[in-house]
Amino acid sequence: MEHLELFFKSIFVDNMVFAYFLGMCSYLAVSKKVSTAVGLGAAVIFVLTVTVPLNWLLDQYILREGALTWLGDEFADYDLSFLSFILFIATIATMVQLVEIIVEKFSPSLYNSLGIFLPLIAVNCAILGGSLFMQSRDIATFDLALNYGFSSGIGWFLAIVAIAAIREKIRYSNVPAPLRGLGITFIITGLMAIGFMSFGGMLTGGDEETPSLDTNTENIGIEAQDENLNNTEKETAQVEVSELTQQ
Amino acid sequence: MGLLSKKDRKLILDPLADDNPITIQVLGICSALAITAQLKPSIVMAISVLFVMGVGNVVISLMRNIIPSKIRIIVQLIVVATLVIIVDQVLKAFAYELSKELSVFIGLIITNCIIMGRFEAFALGNGPWKSFLDGIGNAAGYGVILIIVGFFRELLGSGTLFGFKVLGDSVEKTGLYAIGYENNGFMVLPPMALIVVGIIIWVQRSRNKALIEEN
Repeated sequence: MEHLELFFKSIFVDNMVFAYFLGMCSYLAVSKKVSTAVGLGAAVIFVLTVTVPLNWLLDQYILREGALTWLGDEFADYDLSFLSFILFIATIATMVQLVEIIVEKFSPSLYNSLGIFLPLIAVNCAILGGSLFMQSRDIATFDLALNYGFSSGIGWFLAIVAIAAIREKIRYSNVPAPLRGLGITFIITGLMAIGFMSFGGMLTGGDEETPSLDTNTENIGIEAQDENLNNTEKETAQVEVSELTQQ
Repeated sequence: MGLLSKKDRKLILDPLADDNPITIQVLGICSALAITAQLKPSIVMAISVLFVMGVGNVVISLMRNIIPSKIRIIVQLIVVATLVIIVDQVLKAFAYELSKELSVFIGLIITNCIIMGRFEAFALGNGPWKSFLDGIGNAAGYGVILIIVGFFRELLGSGTLFGFKVLGDSVEKTGLYAIGYENNGFMVLPPMALIVVGIIIWVQRSRNKALIEEN
């Protein structure tokens, strides 16, 4: 259940692009055609799924306060979390490089479709952002970190494929000249983000939004009761009227 | 200006308007949008980027002849990451509340495309002084957009600037609120950042027709 919740939350509610604007540079630059967008999106899913759990391990066993206890009691006081930026980005850059080499060796066709995008990904904010959010939100277990990496990758994938599809069609529309290209893409992304905000109420539990949702349902319950009361009043009134007419 | 030649001045002034990193080069959008709900974090972010860009560009430019081109991305990342750690630690020490507010977005300066983009496009091929000017110029261009977006979002969204109630008090109905003005709560939500930047691009390109894109 926890997994399912995190999965949908990372795709829709905390969507990388629409809620946090991560990876906007490549999102805007590589979204002119659906086919290239699918390639980049797939590469992002792949790299996020690999790097987030890896950085989770680093965070748990090297970086956070007291993480070095496994080396011996004298290391229990160390807090290396200030090094997390440099370690995370080093992991990401190395992994991207490694993934590139492995994919090239074992699946040349995949390499040809992903190849050009892989180096771009090392500097995609969505990847580093994934690791940093994993750290700041204290994701508890390795499984959850894996899940988080994978699902936020899917969220990014959905976003870029959707905008690429819209941009392919919008070429036939009569957009005001100064807005053409970049400007209209920004505004469309804004409108899509408004749409995605409606997913905010989809999940309850573990959030600040929960209490407000609860009060909403309570209010609805009270209203429903009010309606019931009104109905009974009407009924009694009708009964009275019918009695009067009989008389 | 005896200090700066005409070419040098161009390096600084161009990114402020006609070659702006955000609206024209499409770099560094992520952080520009996420932290601009208020003016103060926008300005802190602009200053942080100014520092990282200026110093980073000089460092990369000094090392440009000894970096093997195959591993240059990693070298660049390490340089930026080091500088960003300095910024992060300084903010944590002197402005803890603000650094909590900016949360992961200080860390994300590392992958801010403006920085990598200028390293690749300029610092790797030019001397330190020119690279410094280019870095400052681009960071300033970035900062200008950040401040404009932050200004409008805070003013229209919560009726304040730097937390001061410039439009009067919305609860006690003073100032503008006395004649029925209401805050537009929508402006502080994330989607409006995108739309505000879209409008800035619109205004800029209407003024300078040369920037209009082909369909």
